[in-house]
Amino acid sequence: MARPAMNQVDYADVQGLLRFGYKHMTQARYALLRIKNAAAARAWLRTAPVSNAMLMNPPPTTALQVAFTAPGLRALGVAESVIAGFSHAFRGGMTQENRARELGDVADNAPEYWHWGGPANEVHLVVMFFADPQAFDAFVQASTGDVWNEAFAEAQWLHTENLDGVEPFGFADGISQPQLDWESQQQAAHIRYDYSNVVALGEFLLGYCNEYGKLTDRPLLDPDAANTDLLPALDAPAKKDLGRNGTYLVMRQLEQDVRAFWQFVHRQAGGNEAEAQMLAAAMVGRTRAGDALVPVQQQPIPGTGTNPEQIRQNQFTFDHDPSGARCPFGAHVRRANPRNTDFPGRPTSLLKKLITVLGFGPQGFRDDLMSSVRFHRILRRGREYGCELKPEDALAPAPPDDPRRGLHFICLNANIARQFEFIQNAWMASSKFSGLTGETDPLLGNHQPVPGCPVTSVFTVQRDNALRQRVTGLPQFVMVRGGAYFFLPSLRALRYIARAGDQ
Amino acid sequence: MTPQTQFMILAPIMPAREAELRQLLASMNHAPGRVNPDNTLIPFAQFDTLHVARLLILDDQTTADVGVHGLPVPAYPLYFALLGDIDGNENAFLQELARRAAVGLSMLFSCCEGFTSTADLVAWMKRHRSPAIANYVNCRGRTLWQVREEAALRDALENYLTRHASALEKMPPREIHAQLAAFIKEETAISRLMLSAEEPTPLGWWIKDTLHLIGLPVLLLLALPLLIVAAPFYLLRLRQLEKTDPALYPSVDQAWSDALALGEDHDVTNQFSAMGSLKPGLLRLLTTLGVLLTVNYAARHLVRPGRLGRIRSIHFARWVFIGGAKPWALVKTARRAAFFSNYDGSVESYMDDFINKAGFGLNASFSNAIGYPRTNWLVLDGCADECKYKEYLRRHTLPTQVWYKAYPGLTAIDLERNTRIRCGLESASMSNEEISAWLALL
Repeated sequence: MARPAMNQVDYADVQGLLRFGYKHMTQARYALLRIKNAAAARAWLRTAPVSNAMLMNPPPTTALQVAFTAPGLRALGVAESVIAGFSHAFRGGMTQENRARELGDVADNAPEYWHWGGPANEVHLVVMFFADPQAFDAFVQASTGDVWNEAFAEAQWLHTENLDGVEPFGFADGISQPQLDWESQQQAAHIRYDYSNVVALGEFLLGYCNEYGKLTDRPLLDPDAANTDLLPALDAPAKKDLGRNGTYLVMRQLEQDVRAFWQFVHRQAGGNEAEAQMLAAAMVGRTRAGDALVPVQQQPIPGTGTNPEQIRQNQFTFDHDPSGARCPFGAHVRRANPRNTDFPGRPTSLLKKLITVLGFGPQGFRDDLMSSVRFHRILRRGREYGCELKPEDALAPAPPDDPRRGLHFICLNANIARQFEFIQNAWMASSKFSGLTGETDPLLGNHQPVPGCPVTSVFTVQRDNALRQRVTGLPQFVMVRGGAYFFLPSLRALRYIARAGDQ
Repeated sequence: MTPQTQFMILAPIMPAREAELRQLLASMNHAPGRVNPDNTLIPFAQFDTLHVARLLILDDQTTADVGVHGLPVPAYPLYFALLGDIDGNENAFLQELARRAAVGLSMLFSCCEGFTSTADLVAWMKRHRSPAIANYVNCRGRTLWQVREEAALRDALENYLTRHASALEKMPPREIHAQLAAFIKEETAISRLMLSAEEPTPLGWWIKDTLHLIGLPVLLLLALPLLIVAAPFYLLRLRQLEKTDPALYPSVDQAWSDALALGEDHDVTNQFSAMGSLKPGLLRLLTTLGVLLTVNYAARHLVRPGRLGRIRSIHFARWVFIGGAKPWALVKTARRAAFFSNYDGSVESYMDDFINKAGFGLNASFSNAIGYPRTNWLVLDGCADECKYKEYLRRHTLPTQVWYKAYPGLTAIDLERNTRIRCGLESASMSNEEISAWLALL
């Protein structure tokens, strides 16, 4: 048997969430836990039925995933010197004062008010259960016996709702997802001129080359008896790579005020239904069905899968909408993924390239304002919660017992600071995105004043050859109710962690 | 045109007074990273020509790095620095500074070596000047007055557009332009708005600038034969050094990184201060000088307004040799350099911008410092080793105790937009395309 190449991924070592969204398992619940008894917790982890990323036929009916916060690793007995190898963002946590400020988690979003993950209700680990509805309860019961009860103080169970690919505001969601370059076929390039959905494996899986052609920092250990099972580091074969085949998982509970959203757009539209739908679509950057607001281009975007609908809904960039007249610059999807490349335009000669690099190229106001998107992609794995409220029903006033609804936002990335935090800070929460001013993301923005910018609650709809329209006084539609940074280990790393404190 | 100048005063701190100095600096802030512009020590807000300023203790954590080159660790004094970017003449500014902040400056400088309460403040500051070797100004000639006038102009337009939105939204671009131009004309006529004309360029400055513009290429031309002969030897030695320079990649201390972050992201703009030691040897020193003189020349004479290469988020930046104002002093004494900038966005986006848009320049200037990720041919690789580069940069970053910017909430792009709006308003002959592009700025 041929030996597998060094950089070939051992799917049996990767937690399944990296490869699958487990959409067919329509039930999911997340247990946010604190460790009560470290020895019992390790014992539970050793026998936990954690699912890997192997393709199975027939597909499984249950899946379980585990991820840890930095305090969680500490509570399990992982050595401080090992924890020091994880990223600053992970170690510092989402609730650090400066991070909270960067992420827009201030005022009503502040961690002190969070239902979980805040300073008063820190979380150690999350256990994610996925299953077919009929198998769900039995699966949870079987996985959470006496050892579980001894090990964990149950912080909170987060329930999810299957809204069939539609997020609570009523828009199709999860259309644009990066496609992982599992086989590492794409050569690392210094400059890419085309937008692609195929992203280097190392952007999502630690231990492999990222978009810079380098390996992201992660804990590398000197070999000893406790870590013989870990894989070697590709860039330092003498070291054991605790990060390899693992990644970071960002989780945020985003409560969505669906009534406020639809009531606001209807008020703005003077009660005109069609105009309200248009404004809502402009704010999101897609129609409710998920169609882009800019024309579909001729060539499909590489890495958009095999589903014709998926391919079509991804078959665009914003190159043909330089004025924002079709899809406003500040629209949610245009902020989240500007679909740009490393270079403005495509230079036809080396000289032209040099001219642009040196800043002597076109001097348009909006030229070259955004960072290249391929360094800022995330793999989204979130699920909705709370019962569905159709947009047409959202116009009615809220009953006294109106249930809370929203999104348990989950994303995977190898570099929290450069991926999740960058998108949230520089693109979503920024009042200066893409040459705009006075507006943050129309859906996610907290619309809090920043020094010198008292107003950040505007949404601008650009128009060609006419004055733009300004929508003012956007209320905050999304409230952050919890959040944390987790490490989603490989199965090997999980076994290492589960033995960490046992001498 | 009123040119921008920079000033920097640098003095060693008396070790016994460091704690006191830190307390004084902290008293100038509302909170870490949030300056009180009306603080009693230096009431920044009173200065009409001061764009940005900072006060900091150059607490370089990396002086021991020279050890990897087998050198002994020098015992540097701990320096205190006061620096800023201003409109017009440095002399005039220092006079004004001494006039408005005499007591505060005396309190601060009395924590430094060689200051006595009877000293002439201006003379003392001039003796402690630490000029930049390279300097960048986002838009030469844009004064603080202009920034404020144009910001007020935009606010006035925004209010007018809000009040008349329903009528204007149906109007063709040229009519909107005419109506707004008329409105602004009225506003300026009754002095509710000011749009001052450009001041004449000071003759002395113009002569010096022109000499600089011509002088450097002439010198280069004269030295060309020598440079051609030296080039192969230089490249050979450079390649050798690049391959053998000891690597040094300690990750930055979490507490240090957290302390830096506490002072950041309070405004849409951030300050950045960093410091490090140069690699030993004449080649590295000459390379640094050559690169920085080139950067300075390009920034002064070549770059387009608002752009440093492809980067559009930097207001002001400078490179300074620390402890040796004159380059020749470097050979013997100071081999440390510092970089100070004022940029828009978070430090993460700033670092990414540099890696992706100006990596070559970054490599050329920073790779002569100890511990920088390995480069090839001076400009290649280096910072493309993203994680190592970011750790390197954060490790060399200095906490800036006090940082002031005269226009919080405004990015370099905002300033450019406001200037473009004004230029468009004042222009009587624009094509339809130009009018549409102008309208899109509003």
